Amino acid sequence: MTVADLPLRPREDARELLRTVDLTKHFRLGGFLSSRYLHGVDGINLSIHEDEIVALVGESGSGKSTIARLIAGVYKPTAGDVLHRGQSVKGLRSRREVLEYRGRVPMVFQDPYGSLSPVYQVSHGIMRALKLHRPDLSRRGRQDEAERLLEAVGLVPARDFLSKYPYQLSGGQRQRIGFAQALACRPELILADEPVSMLDVSVRIGVLNLMATLRRRERISFLYITHDIASARYVADRLVVMYAGHVAESGPVEDVLAHPKHPYTQLLLSAVPDPRAPISLPEKTEVQEPPRVINPGEGCRFRARCPYAIEECSRVTPLLRLLRPEHEAACHVATSDMDDRHEVAKPAHI
Amino acid sequence: MIATSTRPLLQVKDLCVDYLTDRGPVRAVDRVSLEVNKGEFLGIVGESGCGKSTLLFAIARLLSAPAEISSGEVWFTGHDMVSMDEDELRHLRWRDYSVVMQSAMNALNPVMTIAEQLADAVGAHQRMPPSQLRARSKELMRLVGIDPEHLHSYPHQLSGGMRQRAMIAMALALTPDLVIMDEPTSALDVVAQRSLMLKIKQLQREFGFATIFVTHDMSLVSHFSDRLAVMYAGQVVEIGPTRDVFAAPKHPYTVGLMRSFPSISGPRQPLAGIAGSPPDLGHPPSGCRFHPRCPQVFERCSKEEPDFYTREQDLVRCFLFDR
Repeated sequence: MTVADLPLRPREDARELLRTVDLTKHFRLGGFLSSRYLHGVDGINLSIHEDEIVALVGESGSGKSTIARLIAGVYKPTAGDVLHRGQSVKGLRSRREVLEYRGRVPMVFQDPYGSLSPVYQVSHGIMRALKLHRPDLSRRGRQDEAERLLEAVGLVPARDFLSKYPYQLSGGQRQRIGFAQALACRPELILADEPVSMLDVSVRIGVLNLMATLRRRERISFLYITHDIASARYVADRLVVMYAGHVAESGPVEDVLAHPKHPYTQLLLSAVPDPRAPISLPEKTEVQEPPRVINPGEGCRFRARCPYAIEECSRVTPLLRLLRPEHEAACHVATSDMDDRHEVAKPAHI
Repeated sequence: MIATSTRPLLQVKDLCVDYLTDRGPVRAVDRVSLEVNKGEFLGIVGESGCGKSTLLFAIARLLSAPAEISSGEVWFTGHDMVSMDEDELRHLRWRDYSVVMQSAMNALNPVMTIAEQLADAVGAHQRMPPSQLRARSKELMRLVGIDPEHLHSYPHQLSGGMRQRAMIAMALALTPDLVIMDEPTSALDVVAQRSLMLKIKQLQREFGFATIFVTHDMSLVSHFSDRLAVMYAGQVVEIGPTRDVFAAPKHPYTVGLMRSFPSISGPRQPLAGIAGSPPDLGHPPSGCRFHPRCPQVFERCSKEEPDFYTREQDLVRCFLFDR
């Protein structure tokens, strides 16, 4: 890992790879006739550009994995759409088109112990992906490509690793196999759902570094889903903070961390254990937890926990507003740092 | 048999725990020695498989086959824990020490309400009239920050954070001197985790119990523990005041761990982690167990096993400090 592998601003001319348009997923709770719906995600507009790592951060149940599954086509959206290079994914009909899309946007899973079949050698998953997604390759070509892929994810000597079984590998190595399988499809965007949360601390950083390297060398974008803001800061360019199925805040990582606008982002940042920070133990302990969003009405979903909530928060669902360059938050109370030509003064100062 | 005030609350000496497998014993905890003083918060950090949970279970005498204490001593308030039988242990459990398990969902009984489980635990160790028990239960719930209404809830009706709080309420029910915690926050989100840690610390200040807190997340205990022990491959490799360990980590493994997690503050810098992965305890490396992954390895490391060397207030198991 060199400094050059660390996040870089996406090229100015980087094109948009994927966009979600008002993406919404509701899950029916209970039986067929039930009218109780759990709102997994509501009205998500997210874009990912070429060469970009976007981190989706939030607590469990905030809907971040649901977004990944909607993009990957595991779930069908209740409303809204996913556009891949401007084309609606809904329009994909033939098996060839679906295969093509899934190859461009593969997923890497959280659990490296559950996501590899224990009865097959490492080569199995990679070869299958190559056969399916790279019909141009000969048998020999597939072998060479498999070795190249393992080298790309840092498993050398590659030939040895191809004939190993998952039980012979550590968690970090297994997760690298997961990335190699994703790479076999020649992806543009990898959906990485908590790829390091089950790994040991000492090997986590290696997998994060791998993502940074793959972005630089293979020009792959990532949607990195995590509950760990520090790791998001380490690899990502842009941070999207989710709360209860809504995007609370999004913007360039450093700007969001330095100037968190949404009270939830502020709460989240204050909760991150950081040995490098000076010791401060606030006496106040926050005991409330995120709501399960079942048939919600209007209003900000964070209002019950929000120290700045005003009357408006329980009536009107806040929309994302641009409050700093490229940095938006969905909060009625947050103030804008943009030149305030059209911004009205807000009652509380955050 | 009564401890004098100068003796530590808990003293562990050269404790070894073996898992008896078909292929011979696997030593999961190897000659661990540590002390916990009254009211102290000791953090134990290490990666999965380093023996930290096994160590806790050995101290609490909760090991079950195939694990067993093969040698060493555990002294708790003047009692020799290793030689005690179940009847004697029952007198100490809950009243003198209690354990909070990692997964509250598995530790709590799903078909009993919180109130019933509290009554069950308390009733087994101390006679208490029902009215007093009810009052005590309500008091405990308020202490850990749960509405006493939830006494009549079943575990599945509570959130993860509330379940862990309920576990802690039960652990504190008979005001023990020592509360042993095995990753109680690992299933929680950061906000709930932070709030639980603050709660534990606040209760500790209030009631003066000592805590052994095991975690894989070094940064989590950085602001909470008084002393910190770092475990690797069944052994304690470094132990000292938490602030010192963070300010100047000494063992190359501790140094590596510190360089393994990114921070949300300060400059964004590349991190390397630690090459390789932890050893198979069935076949630990010769000499120092960390030597195959150590960036500062030298010849002696693979031949001899290092002992503890003292540096300031830290004990470090590394030849770099044999001077």
